[in-house]
Amino acid sequence: MSVKQTLVVIGNGMVGQHFLASLAESPIKEQYEIITFCEEPRAAYDRVHLSSFFTGTTAQELSLVEDGFFEQHGITLHLGDKAASIDRTAKTVTSAKGVSIAYDKLVLATGSYPFVPPVPGHDRPQCLVYRTIEDLEAMAAAAKTGKIGTVVGGGLLGLEAAKALMDLGLETHVVEFAPRLMAVQLDDAGGAMLRRKIEDLGVTVHTGKNTSVITDGEHCINKMCFADGEELETDIVLFSAGIRPRDDLARACGLEVGQRGGIVIDNQCRTSDDSIYAIGECALWNGMIYGLVAPGYAMARTVVADLAGDVASFTGADMSTKLKLMGVDVASIGDAHAKTQGAMVYTYQNGDSEVYKRLVVSQDKKQLLGAVLVGDASGYSTLLQYCLNGIELPENPDALILPHRSDESVGLGPDALPASAQICSCYDVTKGAICSAIEGGCMTMGALKAETKAATGCGGCAALLKSVMDSELSKQGFAVNTDLCEHFAYTRQDLHNLIRINEIKTFSELLHKHGKGLGCEICKPTIANILASQWNEHVLEKDHLGLQDTNDTFLANMQKDGTYSVVPRITGGEISPDMLIALGQVGKKYKLYTKITGGQRVDMFGARVDQLPHIWKELIDAGFESGHAYGKSLRTVKSCVGSTWCRYGVDDSVGLAIELENRYKGLRSPHKIKFAVSGCTRECAEAQGKDVGIIATENGWNLYVCGNGGMKPRHADLFATGLDKETLIKYIDRFLSFYVRTAGRLQRTSVWMENMEGGLDYLKSVVLEDKLGLCDQLEQQMQYVIDTYQCEWKTTIEDEAKLKRFRHFVNSDRPDDHVVFVEERGQIRPADDEERKHFKLVEMA
Amino acid sequence: MTKWIEVCSIDDLQPDSGVCALLDGEQVAIFYVQEQDGGREFIRATRMNSRPPLAAKVYAVGNYDPFGKANVLSRGLIGDINGQPVVASPLYKQHFNLQTGVCLEDETVKIPVYPIRIENGSVQVNLSSSQHGGAAL
Repeated sequence: MSVKQTLVVIGNGMVGQHFLASLAESPIKEQYEIITFCEEPRAAYDRVHLSSFFTGTTAQELSLVEDGFFEQHGITLHLGDKAASIDRTAKTVTSAKGVSIAYDKLVLATGSYPFVPPVPGHDRPQCLVYRTIEDLEAMAAAAKTGKIGTVVGGGLLGLEAAKALMDLGLETHVVEFAPRLMAVQLDDAGGAMLRRKIEDLGVTVHTGKNTSVITDGEHCINKMCFADGEELETDIVLFSAGIRPRDDLARACGLEVGQRGGIVIDNQCRTSDDSIYAIGECALWNGMIYGLVAPGYAMARTVVADLAGDVASFTGADMSTKLKLMGVDVASIGDAHAKTQGAMVYTYQNGDSEVYKRLVVSQDKKQLLGAVLVGDASGYSTLLQYCLNGIELPENPDALILPHRSDESVGLGPDALPASAQICSCYDVTKGAICSAIEGGCMTMGALKAETKAATGCGGCAALLKSVMDSELSKQGFAVNTDLCEHFAYTRQDLHNLIRINEIKTFSELLHKHGKGLGCEICKPTIANILASQWNEHVLEKDHLGLQDTNDTFLANMQKDGTYSVVPRITGGEISPDMLIALGQVGKKYKLYTKITGGQRVDMFGARVDQLPHIWKELIDAGFESGHAYGKSLRTVKSCVGSTWCRYGVDDSVGLAIELENRYKGLRSPHKIKFAVSGCTRECAEAQGKDVGIIATENGWNLYVCGNGGMKPRHADLFATGLDKETLIKYIDRFLSFYVRTAGRLQRTSVWMENMEGGLDYLKSVVLEDKLGLCDQLEQQMQYVIDTYQCEWKTTIEDEAKLKRFRHFVNSDRPDDHVVFVEERGQIRPADDEERKHFKLVEMA
Repeated sequence: MTKWIEVCSIDDLQPDSGVCALLDGEQVAIFYVQEQDGGREFIRATRMNSRPPLAAKVYAVGNYDPFGKANVLSRGLIGDINGQPVVASPLYKQHFNLQTGVCLEDETVKIPVYPIRIENGSVQVNLSSSQHGGAAL
């Protein structure tokens, strides 16, 4: 057995962690004892989405390290300990805390630091930078006393930082030295459009400003004085004027560094010392520092391959970017400034909808060289594929940026892409890799994501991934049959449209006009459910009764022995002692097994069909109503106790939970829906595990959507922040109506959203920006359902015809003698087969 | 010897759904496919597909679900699969042919089927063994 070599990684940022994760997946991991130093008090986290920290994302959620990662792979992590020096002769690394490690291979992933211009006064109080979670905490503390915040730097990071200041509730300014915003990526007209949009959001932009000194302010803590004589009073000054590579360790040990900084590396990411690699923002390749995460990841993978003895090289990276800055879509591809010899430019500008697009093409109009998109970046994937793969442009390239007002698509079909086309740039997944995963049996987006990791980074390629998958599946002959069942050659969404537009009120009418046969246990309940969510008639009306699953038929949940359980509504989980007593009395009288559910209510088991109306009569007299636990419908709105009692509560979570539960109770939906409301970011109600989750913050309610627990848990996505109650309810109305209208059968909100082309961004555009012009309709539909709500049990016990069904035998009042209970822990439970035999014997004897 | 037992009035049956009857200690599930728009459409559609039209509109089968081991089949949803009239168990959703009692998912499992008829508005079931269940109205 060979002795393991020691591999030391200095720096556990995004790139350092990506290196460790790639290494952990490689067989060569076994050859190394791996040690890493992390200067910060926490292991790698997502710096790209740092500003979401101010809209409710916690440090833990930003983490890029899976639980138990270091332990599982036997990697030693020196947390909060900075590597202080490297001795290349002795081949040792010594840390600030005095740990000394002898290495065989060393990887420098020390990253960068924010550049602070040497302006006099740059080190005054409340002059901050924006790089680490500690920086964010300092910003949050400063924002508590300050009113005005100013970002120095109008680039990509500067605008991100400006968003953070806005989220902190500060009057926000951006000061930029260049004459336009995002000078590196955008041209003048694109920069101007971006400026207008950002100013519309309430940010004041100052371009062409050279700060000469920062000094005492009169109304604010600081005052910035500019070279042109103007001044700006501000409490916080946030420097975001670019990054500089952290190459001090490398300099000190004599590694070659660039004239303007950066550790010089070759195509294998090796430094001037063969045993030492450098990756990420500290590395200088071909005179370039790459300040984006994707090239850093590519370098990390190159080093893993080189250690494994594979031929691999880093040969530069595409710097194209697409991002949402303060809600504004911005994208830049390739040669955005048309610097290539003979380049031709097409420009499209729509002042009304504030969209700017610019296309840079080669002299012969055959190749796309670059592009700029502001306000609408929907064409990014297609354009990027043209550019990266050298695909020949259509005859009129401007068609690619002109709005197409008919249904024709000018997008690049997935079939036009070569196998080498990179679909996911975060994880470097090619179309070829995706196709082979599909051949290997991945037939859903979920399976494909899990297998290839594509679309699991920034998620920007999800729509493209889906179209590649659909195209490949259909080529392989998997005609994806979306028919509901053999009786209806339609999807659930199609049927919803048919019912709504043609005002169809019964199953038999729908079957007569659009189906065949008698129906089955798939289509009947599905259509009953659509009819209920659209017209909201009682589910036990004559026309609907035969369509319902047994749970809906008996308005209770069938258990394994054919008995039912009963769940009254307890809105928000709030219940008075008298109501609890009433519940206990009913449970005791009918000898029911009682259990507290996960949704903060009480489930009572062991009721026979003939007992159900009697039980409900008593519950309704005591003030309870149906809990709809039996339906595909809103279940509960869970809540923590909130600001009414809790020391930490920010708002009244119980009050909101009750209001929401009363608003949406009875709504029939494609699958069950669960809500929760937390009164502060400690999140005791676990709202981020629900279809709709709401968390109180100092700035208002934050709305999360599409989470769930169960077999495949999913964290909900942040949907909108800082909402007042009215807006919050409006958004939830739209979200739920859109879900009811468009989801597939038994599709939870998470799967619905993940399968939606465009995913979360698309859903936001529909619900928040009314992209489809549907919001009025969606709100009206929800209002109709709310206005026609009835307690299904109250109506049932008042109607002799509906009660007729509630007996086990049509010709006898005897109960089912097969239902036998035994006692366990002081309550009943169904007898098992052995116990049942014993009962029979006793009876015969 | 055939012995028809009177069960209930036809008005006691649930249209397009089932009820359970207690007959000589046996639990019998009785299903009633009411003639209505959907029903007519079904007959027409099955003819067009050249399947044999279904002869019966009332069916009687055992109420005991051999998979779920509970007396629940009368509470299952009825319909047709590939032209066979079926009930789906409300517990684990296996389908049983209402005419033969055979389980579609596992042909080795079969539930009892009983002759059933309507005489002057009264539903009658014959508990002696039978090859074919169901009757036209």
